[in-house]
Amino acid sequence: MRVSTGAAAAAEPAVLATGVDVTLGGHQILQGVDLRVGRGEVVALLGANGSGKSTLVRALLGIVPRTAGEVHLLGGALGNGVPWERVGYVPQRLPAGGGVPATGLEVVTSGLVHGRTLRPPRDARKRALAALEQVGMARHARRSVLQMSGGQQQRVLIARALVREPDLLVLDEPTSGIDLPTQETFVATVRALHDAGGTVLVILHELGSFAGLIDRAVALRHGRVVYDGPPPRPRGEHAGPEHEHTHPHADPPTPGAGLSMEVLP
Amino acid sequence: MTWFETLGAMLSSPLMQRALIAAVLVGAAAPVVGTFLVQRRLALMGDGLGHVALTGVALGWLVGTWAGLVPQDALAIPGAVIAALIGSVAIEWVRARGRTSGDLALALMFYGGIAGGVLLIKLAGGTNANLVSYLFGSISTVSTGDLWWTAGLAAGVLLVGLGLRHVLFAVSHDEEFARGSGLPVTAINMVVAAMSALTVTVAMRVVGLLLVSALMIVPVAVAQLVVGSFARVMALASGIGVAVSVVGLSITYWEDIPPGATIVLLAIALYAMAAVTRPLLTRRRTDEAPHDPHPELPDDVDLPVAAR
Repeated sequence: MRVSTGAAAAAEPAVLATGVDVTLGGHQILQGVDLRVGRGEVVALLGANGSGKSTLVRALLGIVPRTAGEVHLLGGALGNGVPWERVGYVPQRLPAGGGVPATGLEVVTSGLVHGRTLRPPRDARKRALAALEQVGMARHARRSVLQMSGGQQQRVLIARALVREPDLLVLDEPTSGIDLPTQETFVATVRALHDAGGTVLVILHELGSFAGLIDRAVALRHGRVVYDGPPPRPRGEHAGPEHEHTHPHADPPTPGAGLSMEVLP
Repeated sequence: MTWFETLGAMLSSPLMQRALIAAVLVGAAAPVVGTFLVQRRLALMGDGLGHVALTGVALGWLVGTWAGLVPQDALAIPGAVIAALIGSVAIEWVRARGRTSGDLALALMFYGGIAGGVLLIKLAGGTNANLVSYLFGSISTVSTGDLWWTAGLAAGVLLVGLGLRHVLFAVSHDEEFARGSGLPVTAINMVVAAMSALTVTVAMRVVGLLLVSALMIVPVAVAQLVVGSFARVMALASGIGVAVSVVGLSITYWEDIPPGATIVLLAIALYAMAAVTRPLLTRRRTDEAPHDPHPELPDDVDLPVAAR
């Protein structure tokens, strides 16, 4: 497995995954994935729908269980070892939600409880408001997220990740089907974090507006890493086989019948 | 006698005092748990646990009969607590591991609980009539011992619910994000389930097992119509719970009507009132902050413009 040594080779990489296997619903989604993201790197995770990028990110954060492999985030083994107060995650969208309204401020404050603390700190409110300000949502802090537009909800989710002042930020497809201001917020967030020495792992379909920021790209196909190196040029990517312009997100991704022969033992 | 003297008479009756204290505690605690359940779309969980608790009541009765205890139902409340706790853990386990969805797991509990209760009470030498006081509540028979049980459990539920509200909110609101934040999601879900189980058994005496869930859910349904934040919904629902419990119970002091049903119908009347007056409230709110009513949902297809 290729491991990039390009970044400032800090003693502990921000993300270190070795031999990650994930099986969901009887299908092996990931097979022996190795991934190393150095401190301060901005790495794009590329691949077609169903290639396993989302599953990989979810396995890295412990959302889906691994059947094999080791994951270390910011030097700590996945579980209680990870300094969760420095890991931010922005999922693709807000879950549909139950019958109880929650304000933007409440959702962002919920980012301050994590594996390391079950109670938010004293200055939680101030920090949550500052994070909302950062994504231009301070005006809507007291509105219910259910009344917000998709883009506004997405920005609240960015704030929920930023409120931890993360050293490692993980973004799941920040460009798919969102409005322009929100996309700009995403790019600005990544740029600011990168300038401050933070690490970003971002799932992308195409480099698009992130093109100038990406240090390295890792591509998945059929649940394995097939490319790890400098980001592909936008034009080449358009001609590439993984380029696809539909964005359905069937979950879990089941490999097509013809393709599965290559993946499944 | 003036109404003031009647009120004084009511408050000086030891029976009524105990019943009122129980009603206040249950009315305050039940909606707190209910808020988390509604948030997780498990509004009927309390109902499922109530049915399972019925099996526990009958089981406690059966054990009491075997042990020759007097009265025979001395073990009914402990039995209900244990059965509801087991049921709550089971439902979370099924939800977390199995392919069975939450509502299907609830349905299984409904039927299993009622059938088990009816079967066991027969084996214990009782009749279905013995179960009725548990199904529909019997607040007038609250003893001092019951009151201590109720007070202790209600205080525990309130303490956990309010003390851990941020974590409970995080997990109820976005379970995946909570898991990706290193939170022990399964354990926390079990805590919510166990709190619901305890609330069910606490409220059993006040409104009865069949109506327990109403006291957990209806005040939340009213509150979410009126206010727009999670914390306020919880606080208002708790207040509504106390108000309807106390008012409903007081009515039954003068009128010979069942307290549990009165309390629940009062809460539902409040819901109807809130639902009718809400359009007026929202119109005023919209005037203050006008916004585009169309949700900005992503397109199903990637349009060329959106791709840039």
